[in-house]
Amino acid sequence: MIQIPLRSSIVILCVVIFLIWILGTNTSFASDSTTNHNVTELQDWWLYPLILLVLSFLLGVFAVLAGVGGGVLYVPIVSGFLPFHLDFVRGAGLIVALAGALAAGPGLLRKGFANLRLAIPMALIASSSAIVGAMIGLALPTNVIQIMLGATILGIVLLMMKAKKSVFPEVPKPDRLSQTLEIFGIYHEPTINKDISWQIHRTPIGLALFVIIGLMAGMFGLGAGWANVPVLNLVMGAPIKIAVATSKFLLSITDTSAAWVYMNNGAVLPLMVVPSVVGIMLGSFVGVKILGVTKPSVIRILVIIVLGISGTKALLKGLGIG
Amino acid sequence: MDSKENNISKGASKEQILYANILNAGMLIGLISLVLIFILYVSGILSPLIPLEKVQTYWVLSVHEYLVKSGIQVGWAWFGELEYGDMLNYIPIAFLSLLTIICYISLIPGLIRKKDKPYIIICILEIIVLLIAASGVLGSGGH
Repeated sequence: MIQIPLRSSIVILCVVIFLIWILGTNTSFASDSTTNHNVTELQDWWLYPLILLVLSFLLGVFAVLAGVGGGVLYVPIVSGFLPFHLDFVRGAGLIVALAGALAAGPGLLRKGFANLRLAIPMALIASSSAIVGAMIGLALPTNVIQIMLGATILGIVLLMMKAKKSVFPEVPKPDRLSQTLEIFGIYHEPTINKDISWQIHRTPIGLALFVIIGLMAGMFGLGAGWANVPVLNLVMGAPIKIAVATSKFLLSITDTSAAWVYMNNGAVLPLMVVPSVVGIMLGSFVGVKILGVTKPSVIRILVIIVLGISGTKALLKGLGIG
Repeated sequence: MDSKENNISKGASKEQILYANILNAGMLIGLISLVLIFILYVSGILSPLIPLEKVQTYWVLSVHEYLVKSGIQVGWAWFGELEYGDMLNYIPIAFLSLLTIICYISLIPGLIRKKDKPYIIICILEIIVLLIAASGVLGSGGH
């Protein structure tokens, strides 16, 4: 039997109430963004930006506690439960992920956790693919994107449930490409007070996987930390701390290229983007503060459940059932 | 292996610190501007091109329908309409999106000094990729 601490229970309860309230309001005055193009009944213009601010704040808290990026929660939940069209949600999702990566990047680089030499080659591949992904995403019919988004989110849920992580992966021999590019380093691991020397292998396979990661990031506006980390850690053999930090920094480059495509196509609305960015950043600060007093395993289970519901809803919406 | 160990320095390299410093300053400028300009926009101090109460009638549409109904031009057209509160918001968003290009440009002199050819080429290619994305030459998707 899982013991849920009181504080976690309160947070969980608040989120559930908030989501139920959103669902309730959604059915009463929101239009279906995929099938019905009728304009919503006019409400006070500030209502939805306020909802976005509160929801993004909660997502920011949960993203930190669950160890996932903001975008992967933002896009399925906002597109699933609020009346915004998926095009604008994906545009906002990319800016949200970009802002979070830009905010975290400097600290991670200075501490030596994010590694520039590891990030730069991966970023070139991922950002080029993200542009293609964004163009495909804006060109395909909404229901097709919605189905693909739902399937991807459910895939991420499986990945979160099954994926292992390796704190210090064994890399017996670095590959030739990583040696040519001089991708290796030493970082100080404060938990064991030791300097850790690391190197990577399977660089060509990693680069090939970043083509797929970039395409998905651009197509769905999800950010891509959920995919970056396993590739850097499990496939290429970077220590988990280097993988997580480099992944977060990588998003600042990958999402930049896709964000431009959405912005140049008119899919970035300031009235959606700014409350979302402010909310998720404030939530991240609070998340970091309460990280020590919450049970990550409980939060992780909750995130998996919420993502599972959002993914299913996106899938059903795309199929015209939801 | 010995020669490799000799080449490894602990923690962040000089280039990495430079990149972090530029990113940090730019990120702070961009995010603070984003909030301040948004306040000017929603408070009505700067009147918007699309009235605030009308935006919610557009965000339920696909981006293609939104562009047709609102008459908003794609690409960098917003740059010619900065007197409007909503269009002015694109300045900090664009700035945040240009920040990576600025950081990459700052890396090039150090890489040239080190004669680090592979990374000079990769960085230049990345700058080209990001400039192409930013330029809008890739055209409109739309449904």
